[in-house]
Amino acid sequence: MLRIPCPFCGPRDHSEFSYLGDATVTRPEAEAPLDEWFGYVYLRDNPRGRHREHWHHAQGCRQWLVVERDTLTHEILGALPAREGSPAAGPAAGKDAAE
Amino acid sequence: MLAGVAPPARTSRRMSRYSALALVRNAFSGHKDWTPAWRDPAPKQRYDVVIVGGGGHGLATAYYLAKLHGITNVAVLEKGWLGGGNTGRNTTIVRSNYLLDGNAPFYEHSLKLWEGLSADLNYNVMFSQRGVLNLAHSDSQVDAYARRGNAMRLNGIDSDLLDREGVRRFCPELAFDDARFPIYGGLLQRRGGTARHDAVAWGLARGADSLGVDLIQNCEVTGIRREGDRVVGVETSRGFIACGKLGLAVAGNTGRLGAMAGLRLPIESHVLQAFVSEGLKPLVDHVITFGAGHFYISQSDKGGLVFGGDLDGYNSYAQRGNLPVIEEVVSIGISMMPCISRTRLLRHWGGVMDMTMDGSPIIGKTPLANLYLNGGWCYGGFKATPGSGWVFAWTIANDRPHELNAKLDLDRFRAGRMVDESGHGPQPNLH
Repeated sequence: MLRIPCPFCGPRDHSEFSYLGDATVTRPEAEAPLDEWFGYVYLRDNPRGRHREHWHHAQGCRQWLVVERDTLTHEILGALPAREGSPAAGPAAGKDAAE
Repeated sequence: MLAGVAPPARTSRRMSRYSALALVRNAFSGHKDWTPAWRDPAPKQRYDVVIVGGGGHGLATAYYLAKLHGITNVAVLEKGWLGGGNTGRNTTIVRSNYLLDGNAPFYEHSLKLWEGLSADLNYNVMFSQRGVLNLAHSDSQVDAYARRGNAMRLNGIDSDLLDREGVRRFCPELAFDDARFPIYGGLLQRRGGTARHDAVAWGLARGADSLGVDLIQNCEVTGIRREGDRVVGVETSRGFIACGKLGLAVAGNTGRLGAMAGLRLPIESHVLQAFVSEGLKPLVDHVITFGAGHFYISQSDKGGLVFGGDLDGYNSYAQRGNLPVIEEVVSIGISMMPCISRTRLLRHWGGVMDMTMDGSPIIGKTPLANLYLNGGWCYGGFKATPGSGWVFAWTIANDRPHELNAKLDLDRFRAGRMVDESGHGPQPNLH
């Protein structure tokens, strides 16, 4: 079981969450060129290592989180509310990280 | 060694044929005279074609390149040992019961190759056409299966729609009167079945090697060297190897190899678990899949029940899974077949899947002129092994896709020609 340090509920089992995917892609403007939309919808970096991803605490506080996790070791490095954890806000906070 | 010098000598290498007579002959010498099934060559400086990935798909590609296209100056580079990736980690199911036009003819071609593979390779891949049955648990699911069965028949693929009693005659061990998921019928493909996964890799390796292909193990690709829009070779843990054409067959790690070539791909890597129980007497004679949850089961020749279910659901390159999925898979299995509830699990393991944005594989050309991509196999790689190698070899040899893989090209995502069998849209963990 992964233990996700929800900033609202504390460390919780990942089975309480649902997974969306890569949190580093951002939705383009409606009028953006098709290429940008193609990249947003279909293309992913798919890293082996640190990955910032959206999880929804569906069976908890129902907040969307950005979790930073290592895809090779499954180590969770931190979690922030999605509204604060957007890529522009820098790395997800390490202080909330729980092993 | 210089390119162009070695191939004639290599192609004349004689493979010792396996036969009953050879078995008897070797018995007289105490089985001390068997030769290795393939060589262990050092890499040459240059090859006409380099295939990255020594699993079933890479080996099949090399085999068909040499056998059908006369391209024998070929190397297969494998970071570990042959067949040690997903080829050795699957549930060995072979079928072609697909709905969509992009998939059905391709998988059917693959199934036809399976039917002749042991004879073609002179190697018993233990292909067993025991039938693949998808269970239906509602009227509407029966309708959906009737539609799929008809689509299959239109594509020249065998399919039979069974009613409840037909299913009962076919496999009486199921829970027919389960209160929540009673069995209404099922869609059966009798020509589907299972094969021995390791034997497939070994047979293809032996076949490719005998035709002159260099199989190079413990050789990890660490970089792809480009000049403009062309690939000139690969950096490996055993030095630089130049190539005329480069083919990637590294499902699970396609995203990483793609990144080395500067490609961003419509793929996420996910972990999928599989399970084997302790050995039992014959119980499951077929491949059976549950229709109200994701579960598929067959029984190996050793007696173990081999089964699997859903992905763990999050991006992962770890070849191990998590406990919630084990619990879910086992509960589905018991609700479908209550008689296995006291069976003990012997092993479980995880493999890394390339999950694409439409759930279908990608085989074809890339934006780089001489780089070819074979990946994105999602759950479906094993059954496709010979077909994948066959069309990939054709694509590499002719520098264009065969009609069987034309709809499985990389461009389909940009062009909006998804081959989305499950209809989940661009959400890889749901396919």
